[in-house]
Amino acid sequence: MTERSVRVVVAKPGLDGHDRGAKIVARALRDAGFEVIYTGLHQTPEQIVATAIQEDADAIGLSVLSGAHNYLFKRVLELLKEKGADDVAVFGGGIIPPEDIAALKAMGVKELFTPGTSTQDIVRFVREHIRAAV
Amino acid sequence: MSETPERDVRFETLSGLPIQALYTPDDVTGSYAEKLGAPGEYPYTRGVYPTMYRGRLWTMRMFAGFGRPEDTNARFKYLLKEGQTGLSTAFDMPALMGYDADHPRARGEVGKEGVSISTLDDFERLFADIPLGDVTTSMTINCTASIALAMYLAVAEKQGVSWRRVGGTIQNDMLKEFIAQKEWICPPEPAVRIVTDMIEFTAAHAPRWNPVSISGYHIREAGSTAVQELAFTLADGLAYVEAALARGLDIDSFAPRLSFFFDVHNDFFEEIAKLRAARRLWARYMKERYGAKRPESMRLRTHTQTAGVSATAQQPLNNVARVAMQALAAVLGGAQSLHTNSYDETWALPTEDAVTVALRTQQIIAEETGAALTIDPLGGSYFVESLTDRMEAAAAGYIATIDRMGGMVAAIDEGYPQKEIADAAYRSQLMEDRREKITVGVNKYVMAEEKPIHFLKIDERVELEQIERTGRFKAARDMAKVERRLKQVADACRNGRNLMPVLVDAVKDYASLGEISDVYRQVFGLYREPIIF
Repeated sequence: MTERSVRVVVAKPGLDGHDRGAKIVARALRDAGFEVIYTGLHQTPEQIVATAIQEDADAIGLSVLSGAHNYLFKRVLELLKEKGADDVAVFGGGIIPPEDIAALKAMGVKELFTPGTSTQDIVRFVREHIRAAV
Repeated sequence: MSETPERDVRFETLSGLPIQALYTPDDVTGSYAEKLGAPGEYPYTRGVYPTMYRGRLWTMRMFAGFGRPEDTNARFKYLLKEGQTGLSTAFDMPALMGYDADHPRARGEVGKEGVSISTLDDFERLFADIPLGDVTTSMTINCTASIALAMYLAVAEKQGVSWRRVGGTIQNDMLKEFIAQKEWICPPEPAVRIVTDMIEFTAAHAPRWNPVSISGYHIREAGSTAVQELAFTLADGLAYVEAALARGLDIDSFAPRLSFFFDVHNDFFEEIAKLRAARRLWARYMKERYGAKRPESMRLRTHTQTAGVSATAQQPLNNVARVAMQALAAVLGGAQSLHTNSYDETWALPTEDAVTVALRTQQIIAEETGAALTIDPLGGSYFVESLTDRMEAAAAGYIATIDRMGGMVAAIDEGYPQKEIADAAYRSQLMEDRREKITVGVNKYVMAEEKPIHFLKIDERVELEQIERTGRFKAARDMAKVERRLKQVADACRNGRNLMPVLVDAVKDYASLGEISDVYRQVFGLYREPIIF
């Protein structure tokens, strides 16, 4: 069996339309050889989890710049668990204060990237920490 | 004499325009009268008013909004007390996207990125004890702008202030939403129809109101170059002009109230040149393409804001320095109003201390530096004039391309500006990753250990309380009246009559922002974006 490439859903949950970061990350991951599905804007956590399951994704990258990260990340993690899909890794980025980063990581978010992160760091993270399901 | 070789850096503007070692009279073309002219005179390169800041300083307008209406009302009163001269309202994402606080899609976002607004009751709390005849108010809201304007006019009426006295600006620039900021309900065509209703309505009933603030800010923040920002913004403006003319309005009846909003980024001279080029280009389009007669129709008046995207999360106090230089560029570029960002905004909404430094930065420029003592101090600089010419020519090239596509609505349907911006954003990120573009504290002069700064936290209880209050307030309304009003709104959506009068009636009977947005969704349908990355 040939190993398939890592598949990442890049998603914009909630109502916030700041998609510059999400699109740059999607493109950088695609250019690095990963399979990338970008959901587009204004997705509910339910829609994102459904996309991840349907696409058989290995990871979900969430981008939130609206301050709603605590609710939205938690909801995505809960839904993945409910659907028995908690092997899908969740990472993300955006305007997220340090104390929230600590709490979200404790909750199960694999990594959070804040402004100023280079795309190489994100590519390296996916390469080192996300494995394609067999 | 030994010659020092030049440093190994890119000698180009932030937008990639090459920069010569030296500019001389050979780099400046055209006559003074044709290219520059006196301030307050066509083509307004040197400024839209004859006396500029010697007559009146720019308006210091700090964007504010968070939590419940009463929280933002308190911040407004604080800013007015500290010498701010105009209000500027930030709404939360649910209000910006057409959902009431008690809608499931609003969960997690109520009062987070701005003030929570669902009904006129919230609007009355927001402007409590602020006489709307004495302040001017800016409202940054777009796909639900028609509802917010109706609520503002209803509050003015309740305060006994005539609409003819009410002054302010509503952003209401839907085209740049599809291009960059991405807050929408319905597709571009009905969206532009609503904008045009507002242009027509305010021209007749609220003549001191700016019904649209044609905005480059979000285009730039989404990753465009300065040239693209200039070009796409003016092309959006031309599309609104075309829509209003198609409605049968006379150019000179509405063009004087079109206003603009530009970003002011790190490249000092490029930003100054951009604002000067914007004025000259707009004046020429208004006069030559549309035959405007009134000077007011040709004047590009603009709000400016320092570049949020230039602020760094690393060593956040460095942002104070960035903001100061960007603000100085806005002033040297001849802006009519200015918002200075707070240094902590890459982490959260600003604290009161951070906002105060940002406001003081403007006051220092105004009262200590001397920058406001003469008009267009950089006019005549070989470099600035040459750069102004190049920005103008490059933007005109883009606008001609968009004209050939059939105008901005057609270009958006093709995904043209969206693709241009996504490409520019990606290019700029790669340059940063490769350290071809330096950001102090991020890819050079990095500190391993940084001192934490204090952030504003919005208490989670604020959201729950606002949701509960909204639900309770809505349940106590006369629902028969609300239903009747919503039907009137739906009828006006369908029959093409101007929406504003029925919206004012509807909000006065407490039809909510979310309910009216639902009518828009039902009648006009939802916009689906093309996925471009």
